Amino acid sequence: MHLFKLVVRNALRHRLRTALTVVGLAVAVLAYGLLQTVVDAWYAGAYAASNARLVTRNAISLVFSLPISYEARIRGVEGVTKVAHSNWFGGIYREPKNFFAQFAVSDNYLDLYSEFVLPEEQRIAYLRDRKGCLVGRQLADQFGLRVGDVLPLKGTIFPGTWEFVVRGIFDGSDRTKITRQMLFHWDYLNETLRKTAPRRADQVGVYVAGIDDPDNAAAISRAIDSLFRNSLAETLTETEQAFQLGFVAMSNQIIAAIQIVSYVVILIILAVMANTMAMSARERTAEYATLKAIGFGPGFLALLIVGESLAICAIGGGAGILLTAPAATVFKMAAGNIFPVFQVSPGTVAMQFACALAVGLAAAVIPAVRSARVRIVEGLRAIA
Amino acid sequence: MPVPLHYVARNLWTRRLTTALTAGGLALVVFVFATVLMLDAGLKRTLVTTGEYDNVVAIRKGAETEIQSGIYRDQAAAIELNPAVAIGPDGRRLASKEVVVLISLNRIGMDKPSNVVIRGVSPLGMMLRPQVRLVSGRMFHPGAAEIVVGSSVARGYTGTRVGDSLRFAQHDWTVVGEFDAGGSGFDSEIWGDVDQLMQAFRRIAYSSMVVRLADGSLFERLREEIDADPRLAQEVKREQVFYGDQSRALSTFINILGLTLTSIFSIGAMIGAMITMYAAVANRVTEIGTLRALGFKRRDVLAAFLAEALLLGLAGGAAGLAAASLMQFASFSTTNFQTFADLSFRFVLTPAIVAKTLAFSLAMGLLGGFLPAARAARMNIVDALRAA
Repeated sequence: MHLFKLVVRNALRHRLRTALTVVGLAVAVLAYGLLQTVVDAWYAGAYAASNARLVTRNAISLVFSLPISYEARIRGVEGVTKVAHSNWFGGIYREPKNFFAQFAVSDNYLDLYSEFVLPEEQRIAYLRDRKGCLVGRQLADQFGLRVGDVLPLKGTIFPGTWEFVVRGIFDGSDRTKITRQMLFHWDYLNETLRKTAPRRADQVGVYVAGIDDPDNAAAISRAIDSLFRNSLAETLTETEQAFQLGFVAMSNQIIAAIQIVSYVVILIILAVMANTMAMSARERTAEYATLKAIGFGPGFLALLIVGESLAICAIGGGAGILLTAPAATVFKMAAGNIFPVFQVSPGTVAMQFACALAVGLAAAVIPAVRSARVRIVEGLRAIA
Repeated sequence: MPVPLHYVARNLWTRRLTTALTAGGLALVVFVFATVLMLDAGLKRTLVTTGEYDNVVAIRKGAETEIQSGIYRDQAAAIELNPAVAIGPDGRRLASKEVVVLISLNRIGMDKPSNVVIRGVSPLGMMLRPQVRLVSGRMFHPGAAEIVVGSSVARGYTGTRVGDSLRFAQHDWTVVGEFDAGGSGFDSEIWGDVDQLMQAFRRIAYSSMVVRLADGSLFERLREEIDADPRLAQEVKREQVFYGDQSRALSTFINILGLTLTSIFSIGAMIGAMITMYAAVANRVTEIGTLRALGFKRRDVLAAFLAEALLLGLAGGAAGLAAASLMQFASFSTTNFQTFADLSFRFVLTPAIVAKTLAFSLAMGLLGGFLPAARAARMNIVDALRAA
């Protein structure tokens, strides 16, 4: 009990110093949490992607398309339950910075994506309107789109200005689903291309296939690819998750840099914290010598210092962890259109806790060792 | 009379552990700050050197990148014959009609592929880009399934050494040479014969076209004539502007991310400096009283402690900058969000960055040291002398 009292009293002796250290720790733990959440957000698309869907694309790269005739042949592969197709549209809504994903999709596309929830009457309205489109909730909220609004897009890949009418707004089945996208009729795109650029018509960007058993994904992928080997357009099939991870991997050095930097902030605060403890311990050299002279062992002194360090880290780290969730909400509002999903995961909180603990322990090592070694006579003579 | 500087410096030296820890914290922040600036400078330099001032790129209106663009053969011919286009020594027009597509290649040591630009160039393509020169092997022969690779591609991807062969679009392509493009964006590309590549990829239109202006001042004229020509749906941009535009998003992203991070981190480091300086003041109350009694003014004491804080900041700044300068030996590669292709660039340290970084570290020291120094200066002589 004495120990606990001493620890608290010691921590409160230099209120300003302790307060500054606590603030620094809170900022660092908060920054660490936000950076880890940024990394998680990068992977959100891949986490939300399914293992029960396969994506077939041109083997050369995504820039190349596949003929529409492949659809029937893919459907015939054993294990494939449904096949839909989609084209990346890449249009500009007013300004290039308003970037969001737009896909021209076949009418059965949403059957494969059960995580997108759309009211039945809106689905029918969409199917009836050739120029109709569907927008996700996150996208609708960002631009204030409502059912019935006209959505004009300037084509970058498909020239001209295209006008779509919002016929429905779909929601994600839970908060991890990304609904920052727009879907419209592939047939509309294709019919227009037949008139303006016949050579580019009847082409599909990717095929999405639903399969009966995710465990067979590898075998079915191989079966699909073998159908088209040595054809004009060879295919590459992988699970949707692997497909999405491929995108993430393209910016892996940026992600690695963010990861490194998130640990740099912990190192910075470790330096600050270690400094605080070193200063406190040095100022108290004479006291520690007195305690030793009374008969307390070096273990007790070490406990005293480690305890104080941990107490400060607990307060600072705790404040940082508590602030992370509200800060993430603010961050998401400020930069909402970059990261459609921005949620603090339990793993991040656990790592924040572990980092605060590690800082608390590491900062106390040098002062604890020093105080344990100091000789009583020298210690009593010391002047801070 | 000001307090001598060596008194200030020796105060820092006496508390070596504390000084080292505080300067270490500052150095880490400075390191992150400098690295971000160097990365952005590297990206900018890569793209500026990619473009020649007198070169003009034509792409389809509305397209933002060469990948999205298309130019039919008759349109390309019309642009090539514009009088603003320079004529070479052999009487040919200095124009290169090019096809640009992406292919997936595997990075060395990774199982996930990245997109690499493969560019089909006309025979004059090399001449229009004087910064590109062969470092090993030879140029591809027109009409053969041969390719040459940029130095970043050769370093970063499997199967791209001279003599290797890559398979795509139902052909085996032999790598016959490696070129160095002086740190420009072309280092991240693979080049081949435009006619061979168009046929292999079954393209009927070129992607883009690069022409050399007969005179730099003819750009406006060329642009107006192309805009006015009903056959053409292309727009032209100076090559430097074109490549600068293509990386604007990436550059903004690096800047925003990096500067947000450093401002958050600097809070931590400044708190560290503040703690150190408060302790320095608290421990030396009697000393401060003595200084004042000796006749040093309040502002001298203030200046002495500020100088101590600045010195601390400078030590951290120098250490951080030294570490950051080592990053010049590293290169960074990532996907450009706009072109969707892999781009690799170096960390570049410029004098402006050195100045900015040192100013930043001094500012951190100053901000952290100001309140403690003010406290020291405000002390009452008699109270301070009694404090011990």
